[in-house]
Amino acid sequence: MEFSDHKAIYLQIAEYVCEHILLKEWKDEDRIPSVRELAVTLEVNPNTVMRTYELLQSKNIINNKRGIGFFVAEDSISKVKEYRKTTFIEDELPNVFRNLYLLNIDFKELQSSYQVFIEQNFRS
Amino acid sequence: MITIENLNFGYSKRPMLFRDMNMQLNCGHIYGLFGENGAGKSTLLKNIVGLVYAQSGTLNVMGFDPKKRQPALLQDICFIPEEFELPSVYIDNYLKSTAPFYPKFDYQRFKLLISEFNIPSDQRLNEISYGQKKKFIIAFGLSTQARLVIMDEPTNGLDIPSKTQFRKIMASALTEDRCIIISTHQVRDLDNLIDTVIMLNENSIALNASVEEITQKLCFKRVKELDETVIYSEPSISGYQAIFSNSNEQESKLDIELLFNALLNESGKLKQIFN
Repeated sequence: MEFSDHKAIYLQIAEYVCEHILLKEWKDEDRIPSVRELAVTLEVNPNTVMRTYELLQSKNIINNKRGIGFFVAEDSISKVKEYRKTTFIEDELPNVFRNLYLLNIDFKELQSSYQVFIEQNFRS
Repeated sequence: MITIENLNFGYSKRPMLFRDMNMQLNCGHIYGLFGENGAGKSTLLKNIVGLVYAQSGTLNVMGFDPKKRQPALLQDICFIPEEFELPSVYIDNYLKSTAPFYPKFDYQRFKLLISEFNIPSDQRLNEISYGQKKKFIIAFGLSTQARLVIMDEPTNGLDIPSKTQFRKIMASALTEDRCIIISTHQVRDLDNLIDTVIMLNENSIALNASVEEITQKLCFKRVKELDETVIYSEPSISGYQAIFSNSNEQESKLDIELLFNALLNESGKLKQIFN
């Protein structure tokens, strides 16, 4: 996995896990990779993955069944969306707003490009 | 796992390298050891494994004094130096002569690592390439199941696929009862594997802090303009690459190279923050 320089690794791993849940590759109550397995896959320190799993546990996105492993929580997709919405608004939106302001982009213009984007990418 | 107290060390007829050095290392971590050329990284590692003796101070490694070189300690240490020589023997003979010194030696793991690293078994160990030799001693060292693993510049000489394999192997090698110390200048090869940063500067340990602690106290980011909270900055393509005190609790990614340069240039400011 390519990591970006702009965000803490454990948060990037959280996004990776959330992405798998949103894409339904990991479904509710599925077992997810162990800390060690994911650390090996991503070539990162297992303690970093542990930190990610603790964060996702605190958001009720995954849970830990002692002695068995980590599992996707019930109703995970809505919880992931809630979590991702918060991080998007806090972390990414300010940058988008900054560019909208600097480049004088109108919200109407934005709305039509948004529609086109949805049509092209998520039409099914 | 390792406690160093008031360590004073210098090679004979040379100025002291370490003065009153104190450090505590625990198991369950991968420590990254950084320092300028000549700062004493390799020397510190040699002190820990009992290859050189300090003038004064105490060293406690898993309950032992390494300078006594007791077998009970040595069988629990895997030390991979930067420079090494391998004898003119085949792998099988090397195993027969050397593996018995390590009671926990895992032959299956060794076989697996040798095949993952593509090390040829039909050539003598002194005849294979430098990178292959390096991979061989890494495979052997990790198969000893030693609790203390020390590696000096382990990725030097490894080709691109081997570096990826090395990172995967290290990620799986860290267990709760193991302590891994890696000294390197190839920060990019290893920065996501390291969870605690040790920096040597001015004859002592200038920093020994977890990535979590560092990023709680400091914020690493690219900015257009600097403000008064900046601790250290370097000009970059679109402004500055800078370290700030992290007053807004931002979650940034540690930049080890930038932190290292900050330590060399602004050691006073960093000392205040970390003490």
